Amino acid sequence: MNRLFTLALLPAIGAITALSLGSLTAAPVKYKLPEETVALKPGPNLEVVKNNCTACHSVDYISTQPRGPKFKKDFWQAEVTKMIKVYGAPIDDADVPKIVDYLAATY
Amino acid sequence: MLDRREMMKRAGVAALATGFGSSKLLALQSTTLPIGNGERPLVKYPQKRPLIGLTSRPPQLETPFSVFNEGPITANDAFFVRYHLAQVPLDIDPDKFTVEIKGKVDHPLKLSLKDLKKLPAVELVAVNQCSGNSRGFFDPRVAGGQLGNGAMGNARWRGVPLKAVLDKAGVQQGVKQVSFNGMDQPVTDKTPDFVKALDIDHARDGEVMLAYGMNGADLPVLNGFPLRLVVPGYYGTYWVKHLNEITLLDNVFDGFWMKSAYRIPANDCHCVEPGTAPKATVPINRFTVRSFMTNVTDGAKLKRGGTTLKGIAFDGGKGIKEVAVSIDGGKTWNAARLGKDLGKYSFREWQLPVKLAAGSHEFRVRATNNAGDTQPNEAKWNPAGYLRNVVETVRVTAA
Repeated sequence: MNRLFTLALLPAIGAITALSLGSLTAAPVKYKLPEETVALKPGPNLEVVKNNCTACHSVDYISTQPRGPKFKKDFWQAEVTKMIKVYGAPIDDADVPKIVDYLAATY
Repeated sequence: MLDRREMMKRAGVAALATGFGSSKLLALQSTTLPIGNGERPLVKYPQKRPLIGLTSRPPQLETPFSVFNEGPITANDAFFVRYHLAQVPLDIDPDKFTVEIKGKVDHPLKLSLKDLKKLPAVELVAVNQCSGNSRGFFDPRVAGGQLGNGAMGNARWRGVPLKAVLDKAGVQQGVKQVSFNGMDQPVTDKTPDFVKALDIDHARDGEVMLAYGMNGADLPVLNGFPLRLVVPGYYGTYWVKHLNEITLLDNVFDGFWMKSAYRIPANDCHCVEPGTAPKATVPINRFTVRSFMTNVTDGAKLKRGGTTLKGIAFDGGKGIKEVAVSIDGGKTWNAARLGKDLGKYSFREWQLPVKLAAGSHEFRVRATNNAGDTQPNEAKWNPAGYLRNVVETVRVTAA
């Protein structure tokens, strides 16, 4: 990391000194997040889930939750309700059962 | 005119600006946490070594447990990452950054990083641990970030005491709490912004810090660059990242992330019968006592004979008094030798030489702090999956 940093430093100094000193402004730190790693699995109402859930968070929020018979309809119903009531997700009432069905059937 | 040092500093920032552009996730292996559905990708983020990817948006990264065997300080590039809201600040200009101190103060302030760095600096080694660290081990399982034991880290933080800044602003009579907001934002304005609060006496204790440095470097972007709150001994939820707004309040802050989220049962054990809900709750606060073995992993095959077990222990700020280790499943215990004391908020290393006969062994490690608080043999349970601190067990065979 340190060596990389030093190597990167030299051309950067060149670039900055080439600018007129008067226009020299602070260089912001730009950070680029890597691409997301998980896609929604195929299942019923996939499009509804895509439109409603993934606007606010990545799919791994869903796929990493516990699995098994205790984590089916009631579990996902509670999660979807939390997203609406607590986090203000703008989900149509009609979409809620579709989303819950997809999650219970797919994860 | 810029002097040479300033030039170097700015050039460094420029180098960072061009250096962090890796748009493609490097293809790496995956890892499996020892929990159900525990498979996770190992992901490489700028400024970070490959870490355990919990979520991508917002980013949540867990430190691979082997890192804790590298020493008592967790390297910046291995330090865990936890965000709540997906609008993460990705374009930060440290020269334009300011933190505002407002509300019930005599002199509202807007301090730049330069202003902060002119104030006398303090350093403190302190553990930051996510409230939900180890949630994946809860039985029965609970919803939330399914973490192993790697949502913790220990760093040497550098900054200014919050007290110094509050004194400068002049706290008015009747102030009860101080709230902290960072630059990260929700995707929709219906989602409550991530704002946390501390009681005024806590905020002015001289230890709570506005930190701009971490282990001798700037904070990594994903750990709150350029300024974060450090609340020694308290769970990470209070350690607001990209901190730019401090508000003095004459009431108890009632925002969602204090009033409804990050609450623990309001009883002595901060626990309830598994599967039940608490009657009353309080905001999560200090760490429970924890200890880990770091040089032997569960299921390891060791050589019989002499070996040295080692690990770490920490608590919420009383300091670690004793670490006891058992190699016979908890029947007999021996006191480990403690390593260098880096301060009462730090990881404390421990080690113990043991002799192993051929066969299977169950190692356990249990810490006690200076207040006499220790770790339970049976895990306690709460519905949010916080505060886990059961005595850890590592099973090995020797041959």
